[in-house]
Amino acid sequence: MDRNDYYGGDSASLNLTQLYRKFRPDQAVPQDLGRDRDYAVDLIPKFIIASGELTRILVHTDVTRYLEFKQIAGSFVYRDGKISKVPSTEMEAVKSPLMGLFEKRRAKKFFEFLQNWKDEDPATHQGIDLDKDTMAQVYEKFGLEPGTQDFIGHAMALYLDDDYKKGIARPTYERIVLYTSSMARYGKSPYIYPLYGLGELPQAFARLSAIYGGTYMLDKPIDEIVTDADGKFVGVRSGNETVKAKQVVGDPSYFGAGKSAEGGKVRVVEEGKVVRAICFLKHPIPGTDDADSAQIIIPQNQVGRRNDIYIACVSSTHNVCAKDVYVAIVSTIVETDRPEQELAPGLQLLGPIHDKFVSVSSLYTPTSGGEADNIFITRSYDATSHFETVVEDVQNVWKRMNGKDLVLKKREVNVEA
Amino acid sequence: MSKQFQFKLVLLGESAVGKSSLVLRFVKDQFDDYRESTIGAAFLTQTVTLEDQTTVKFEIWDTAGQERYKSLAPMYYRNANCAVVVYDITQSTSLEKAKSWIRELQRQADPNIVIALCGNKLDLAARRQVSQEEAKKYAEEEGLMWGETSAKTGEGVSDIFTSIAKKLPLTAPPSARAGARAGPARTGVDLNKQAAAGQGQGEQCNC
Ligand SMILES: Cc1cc2nc3c(=O)[nH]c(=O)nc-3n(C[C@H](O)[C@H](O)[C@H](O)COP(=O)(O)OP(=O)(O)OC[C@H]3O[C@@H](n4cnc5c(N)ncnc54)[C@H](O)[C@@H]3O)c2cc1C
Ligand SMILES: Nc1nc2c(ncn2[C@@H]2O[C@H](COP(=O)(O)OP(=O)(O)OP(=O)(O)O)[C@@H](O)[C@H]2O)c(=O)[nH]1
Ligand SMILES: [Mg+2]
Repeated sequence: MDRNDYYGGDSASLNLTQLYRKFRPDQAVPQDLGRDRDYAVDLIPKFIIASGELTRILVHTDVTRYLEFKQIAGSFVYRDGKISKVPSTEMEAVKSPLMGLFEKRRAKKFFEFLQNWKDEDPATHQGIDLDKDTMAQVYEKFGLEPGTQDFIGHAMALYLDDDYKKGIARPTYERIVLYTSSMARYGKSPYIYPLYGLGELPQAFARLSAIYGGTYMLDKPIDEIVTDADGKFVGVRSGNETVKAKQVVGDPSYFGAGKSAEGGKVRVVEEGKVVRAICFLKHPIPGTDDADSAQIIIPQNQVGRRNDIYIACVSSTHNVCAKDVYVAIVSTIVETDRPEQELAPGLQLLGPIHDKFVSVSSLYTPTSGGEADNIFITRSYDATSHFETVVEDVQNVWKRMNGKDLVLKKREVNVEA
Repeated sequence: MSKQFQFKLVLLGESAVGKSSLVLRFVKDQFDDYRESTIGAAFLTQTVTLEDQTTVKFEIWDTAGQERYKSLAPMYYRNANCAVVVYDITQSTSLEKAKSWIRELQRQADPNIVIALCGNKLDLAARRQVSQEEAKKYAEEEGLMWGETSAKTGEGVSDIFTSIAKKLPLTAPPSARAGARAGPARTGVDLNKQAAAGQGQGEQCNC
């Protein structure tokens, strides 16, 4: 059941009419942006890592038959006031303008070390223990400058802040390998993106589910979560109908997010806020070699923040807007009481902005796992630029509901009419 | 050399009018008296060869019941080159439902979509509630193709698909055709192929 009349909830892709209805209900859709139906503007900017967990799920479940993907044309990082391509091999590191001559040699050694690492061959370890040494120690061993650490940790390992440096090095190693192997897959960037926008993902899964007998109801308000005397889940009420079930799953917005508890149970709490600006541009982002799409990461240290700023840009190449329009979404985790200003370093990189829609959304997390009351709540979509944490959450909810891990095994039945 | 085309065809219509039965008859030349409401059909393909040896491959999307509860996704219509809107000649309400689908298609789908209105269950003509004149007149007003079929006996089934194949714009160069997402026209990255290559690199996948 979905209260909206479109698929995808918080991560839907909207046409212009829907976008204006959501952000500027009292304003008519302007004529200068082209045809309404050409638009599929994501509410939450995320890209799919080519070798990541979501790709594996997409391929495994065969929803790929409904979807078509294109590469994101470039992955960039901000350093010392300008943007450059993220190097992902020792070859690219050597050519990158991100580093000076001596730093390049050190970075080359570091990337060679990662590429050659074999768990079973101590000769490749250079005295480092990925499971004992911290990432800070590894950086120190190769003598990498803080600015280089910024792009490795934030634009390749995709950490949102610097806490990872205090932890053991293996997770960072794995994330960098994921980045480089994803990069190697299609060549231009480690990211892929579905034609017609991210809203295609829930639609494709909904169709797959319908094919296996699932029923979807759009435009169905959910008025109450009905529980018994012990607080256990009974059903959900919509108008004067109540559907009963053993378990319920949903996102925080259906479980009291943003509302006062009014004597009821508090099921979700706010963990922080994300500010996002959806910007329409009439030109590619400057400095990206006219890329039709790009990700730009502004590491927190580079602009004196605690959280990175992300820019995700797509265009008509991905069938999400009219020709010669570029949709760039700038986002970060809110640190002050003037969130829009926090986006300034990102907005400045875009050049003239034709129009922009700014929103601040809260990140909610469930107060309990749901095993006790059969109410299973997901986390809000976070500020990361990809789907890896979403997949982790899906796997986690599955485990809470079923008591065991989600294992994708070969389908036994061949589905056909 | 003969030309080959591929088109996406979507089926619409009230539940139980015989959408899935029509597809089953067309694709496998089978019929099932106790067919359950559709689950399990993703899409099927069937090729029609025209007189000039042109082959038209239909990628046929059945609704999988998603039309109930207003939840048919935009993805379903997306890039559809043709639609078969089905009603049951023994149920006049099913024609009303078909008309509302046609309005929806005219609003949402590609303006060049070829729409065929199809009156099914012709073998039950004794219980007819929808006259041929009424349906035909409506189809003419709206510029639709029209035909009657029986998925049970097979009457009219291949005719309707063949007429659609003939009416589709076969003159357009392949690149100019809307749709044709599957098959060689796909231009995006191929996840399946790449994933298979990826597995060799120690990716955990027990599939
Ligand atoms: C990255 C990603 C991975 C996915 N993986 C799977 C998968 O492995 N298997 C599968 O069946 N489907 C998967 N989906 C599809 C997604 O979960 C669909 O939303 C869901 O299958 C259908 O939910 P829905 O009927 O609620 O329809 P939707 O229209 O998608 O959503 C309806 C409502 O459900 C809520 N909702 C949407 N997404 C979620 C979510 N992830 N968690 C909790 N509530 C949500 C929202 O409140 C929304 O308003 C995935 C989607 C994405 C974006
Ligand atoms: N007599 C007769 N029965 C038919 C014909 N076509 C379908 N039926 C029967 O009508 C019923 C419904 O057919 P389906 O093909 O499942 O209908 P549908 O439109 O796909 O239904 P949904 O999947 O629920 O949307 C089945 O019992 C079929 O056997 C026909 O031409 N003649
Ligand atoms: Mg059916």
